[in-house]
Amino acid sequence: MTPLAVLAGPASPADLVAARTQMALSLGWHIVFACLGVGMPALLLFTEWRAHRTGDADYMRLARRWATAVGVLFAVGAVSGTILSFEMGLLWPGLMGVYGEVIGLPFALEGIAFFIEAIFLGIYLYAWDRLSPRAHLLSGVPVLVAGVASALFVVSANAWMNQPRGFDLEGGRVTGVAPWAAMFNPATAPQSVHMIIAAFMVSGFGTAGVYAVALLRGRRDRYHRLGFLVPFTLAAALSPVQILAGDFAARFLAGYQPTKLAAAEALFRTGPNAPLHLGGLVVDGRIRYAVEIPSGLSMLVGFTPGTVVQGLDRAAPADRPPIAPVHLAFDTMVGIGTLLLLLSAWLALTWWRRRDMPASPWFLRLASVAGVLAVVAVETGWIVTEVGRQPWIVYGRMRTLEAVNPAPGLWAGFAVVAVVYAVLTVAVVYVLRHVARTGHVAPQETAEM
Amino acid sequence: MEPAQILLAVMWVGLTLYALLGGADFGAGVLDLLAGRSRAGMPQRRLIEHSIGPVWEANHVWLIFVLVVLWTGFPLVFASVMSTLYIPLTLAALGIIARGAAFAFRKASTELWQQRLFGGAFALSSVLTPFFLGTVAGAIASARVKPGLAAGDLVRSWLNPTSLLGGALAVLVCAYLAAVYLCDDAARSGTPELADGFRRRALVAAAATGAVALAGIAVLHQDAPRLYSGLTHRALPLVVASAVLGIASIVLLWRRRYLLVRVAGVLAVVAVMWGWPVAQYPAVLPPGLTYRDAAAAPVVISTVLVVAGVGALLVVPSLLWLFVLQRRMPYDSHQT
Repeated sequence: MTPLAVLAGPASPADLVAARTQMALSLGWHIVFACLGVGMPALLLFTEWRAHRTGDADYMRLARRWATAVGVLFAVGAVSGTILSFEMGLLWPGLMGVYGEVIGLPFALEGIAFFIEAIFLGIYLYAWDRLSPRAHLLSGVPVLVAGVASALFVVSANAWMNQPRGFDLEGGRVTGVAPWAAMFNPATAPQSVHMIIAAFMVSGFGTAGVYAVALLRGRRDRYHRLGFLVPFTLAAALSPVQILAGDFAARFLAGYQPTKLAAAEALFRTGPNAPLHLGGLVVDGRIRYAVEIPSGLSMLVGFTPGTVVQGLDRAAPADRPPIAPVHLAFDTMVGIGTLLLLLSAWLALTWWRRRDMPASPWFLRLASVAGVLAVVAVETGWIVTEVGRQPWIVYGRMRTLEAVNPAPGLWAGFAVVAVVYAVLTVAVVYVLRHVARTGHVAPQETAEM
Repeated sequence: MEPAQILLAVMWVGLTLYALLGGADFGAGVLDLLAGRSRAGMPQRRLIEHSIGPVWEANHVWLIFVLVVLWTGFPLVFASVMSTLYIPLTLAALGIIARGAAFAFRKASTELWQQRLFGGAFALSSVLTPFFLGTVAGAIASARVKPGLAAGDLVRSWLNPTSLLGGALAVLVCAYLAAVYLCDDAARSGTPELADGFRRRALVAAAATGAVALAGIAVLHQDAPRLYSGLTHRALPLVVASAVLGIASIVLLWRRRYLLVRVAGVLAVVAVMWGWPVAQYPAVLPPGLTYRDAAAAPVVISTVLVVAGVGALLVVPSLLWLFVLQRRMPYDSHQT
């Protein structure tokens, strides 16, 4: 035996934990850049369009600055996304070997969308001064369209893991594959709508946050005000829509994945008059310190207190997800969503009354962390989706344990990956701060400067 | 032709394009490593950045395309390869992330020390990534990946003579392609002294690739007899073609016919890339697993083929436009 093979002994349950943690880290890391990749092109195109329409130099400066940031963000998003396609096989070969053909279609479509994104972003960033303003603006449109399409395709593959459709199982082999039915499964609409809106909110609140900090520091010129207002307005307008989309997604769970909803709401007993638990911690199979609204969950699910909501008692103990983290994550997401809605309403109110931003520094203080909060909401939302689906990797069909790579030493792989991501995180933050602070112009822009 | 055969060919076209385009981007990173000290190597590094900056992300998507087609069309092959070879593939994946991120970071940084740090990471990962991908090719070609989850030896499957040969050849071929492309780019950018530098490197890379390939004959004879017999029988025309084209490219380099070198170099690599599957056909995981055993349901294969066809209609013209724009982009050797 070679020395490397002794690294970790035979495959153990710890390897499953390592594989899940590695996947969570890679996905959780990528999703931030994926969100920005979907949302930033919209902001970029809007500001550039305004710049051309009005000849406004501030809009143009914003567009140029954001383009530099997008160049870095997209590169990091592209490579961190590539790792995921490796990890599908490196960590979950049991899933891919059996079901790869069932969920391949959305990934194939995503591959094409990613091509379009990468090609046109290359053109958009590098040929800025080689194209007419109109052609340049148009070259950015495919980036936006393909980015949104990518999100739809990738989320539909995840939706399939929650609502597996479009195949039969005969003796461990899939038969009767219907790729389109698999892709457009019942969970595709609620999940993808929720995620695409979230991507725009992360981009909007995140970008606005940078300028909120500048405004707080007294740089109250028009450039910084625009840099704040344009992205914040986009995100604020979507905040109420997102609450409705989230409600749609939760109500969907009541019908299709009741165990996940029961874990999210910490509902142990099936029955009418199901209470709504706000906050609280699940300890030893009981919810404590929660604010309980009697019949609240029944009202939310079916609009009457008599609506029967399925609790965790209907699932065999071996088929229940870990309840404490799912409930905590769910409440965090909903809490942040509500806070962002209130913050958006604050701006809307003052704007309606006196055409200006709220004067209180607290508005800017909250706005400067709204982007981080939006990211936390996305991450916790995915914790609800993914941890809430456990112990299944394919809901009701395949357990996560059956899918993991049986090779030993996944722990070692995870350790290396974790170190690389830690270094990468430091580098990304450092470089983006550098771009924001020095206003460094990328090489492609120097020609006309 | 059966749909599964067509899909196999489509996948291999994707892999060939990844080698020709993405491979050259890795090779540019290898040359970046060899460009010399910070100030002396600056002009070379600047041309490298100018040449791959707009296109590397698009070039890189070919790999994703290949992975997706593999797991959709031949799921068992994907699962077997990824689970057995998870060590080199994890390292290759990390190399991909380090390479892309460091390249973008270097472009966005202004200080010399930052550019050196990120440049070093970019260059180093450009060597390691093709090396590990080459060991993966060697593992499959020498019949060390068994069908099933982690069914092959986790270490010896890719630490063996054929895999090391594959890794070395992959790095050299990438460097060769990059040097050949950069000769042409430098000549058209009006920097003949840079073109001469890349010409020297292209000649060295071509000679080294040839020498390693010759030595590889002995390695394969000993270590991968089936592959050896395939390469010396059915795939012999392709092997001979790649040797002839390789020598032709050296002659053309000598005569500074850079555009023709580009054509000859590309064709030489294409011949190598297609020699391997022709040698082991119809096996996808030699010795026993054929494409027919591994193929997904017919409806899946036909759906992916239709999607790939429609995708090609969208992607190919866009890609050509990007390449045309990039070729016409003026190169200013004094810009910072």
